[in-house]
Amino acid sequence: MAFFVSSILLILIGLYAVLVKRNIMKIVIGLSLMDTGVNLLIISLGFIRGRTAPIINTRDLLVNTSSKVVDPLPQALVLTAIVIGVAVTAVALSIVMLMYSKKKTLEIDEYKELKW
Amino acid sequence: MRKWFALALLIVLGFFLAEIASSFPFGQEKWGVSKHYVDRGIEENRGANLVTSIVVNYRGFDTLGEVTVLFLAATALAFLLSTCRCRRKYRRWDASLILKTASETLYPLLILFGAYIFIHGHLTPGGGFQGGTVIASAVMLMLLSYFSFHPNHRALSTTEGLAGLAFVLIGFAGLVWGGSFLANNILPLGQWNRLFSAGVIPLIYVAVGFKVGAELSGLITDMLKATKEEE
Repeated sequence: MAFFVSSILLILIGLYAVLVKRNIMKIVIGLSLMDTGVNLLIISLGFIRGRTAPIINTRDLLVNTSSKVVDPLPQALVLTAIVIGVAVTAVALSIVMLMYSKKKTLEIDEYKELKW
Repeated sequence: MRKWFALALLIVLGFFLAEIASSFPFGQEKWGVSKHYVDRGIEENRGANLVTSIVVNYRGFDTLGEVTVLFLAATALAFLLSTCRCRRKYRRWDASLILKTASETLYPLLILFGAYIFIHGHLTPGGGFQGGTVIASAVMLMLLSYFSFHPNHRALSTTEGLAGLAFVLIGFAGLVWGGSFLANNILPLGQWNRLFSAGVIPLIYVAVGFKVGAELSGLITDMLKATKEEE
């Protein structure tokens, strides 16, 4: 249960940073926090109490496997999501570099061309 | 004003998220399709690491899409930074002797470790993405400690393209000889928990490891070189 609570808190903290903070770097940090929260939530959905990791490297794990290991599918999904998160953060940071080179400021309020 | 509005929104959203999450029993069995993967994964794929089995075989098509997203991100980043006038003149600096010596010693070891991780992806926790990231961290260490260190960009992009091509070709080999795209019955499956086992899974993960390593190294180099210019 603590996993659910803390991952939802992480998502909300990240969303708060995206909505309220004016510094672009802090907004990017918020995006990446939301990413981490979602990953933690998915992982904790697949957790089963008292089970081991889904790596079948001993003989007694070979028989009746599904009563001895946790769910591997959420872990595989999160493996994908982490890589996509890195790609998103890299593109976001390069956009920040581009914006900074135009106006020499990181305050989001200075970029009035984005409003319509 | 904006802050309170955001907080109210967050409270509503948090309430609904908590409501949804509390409808799932924490820490108890809730198998869906993955029961098949767990119970029959060894029989069908011989890969000791079931997560790798899922990522590369059962959901291999998804992984191909993921690799494409990574490629797209690297391309977008290179394009964005090529239009950026963010170069600043830097005086040629040298890192301290300790950092230079340590990174020179660690550089080949880190690359070896990354290769170890992606070659053993079907046996131990790890795989192409993790190993590739370790290799990129080796390149980053060198970039931080030597001003003039410059990985060969053409070689990096050639490696990346060839590795991606290898992934797709293995998939098509499955289509031609195995019956479906990325089918795992074109190579002998071998014995469980051995290095040469699990059919095409290690081959695909080695390709992914090369691709991710080259891609992330190129990405870090692009970002650093876009800002740095020798005086």
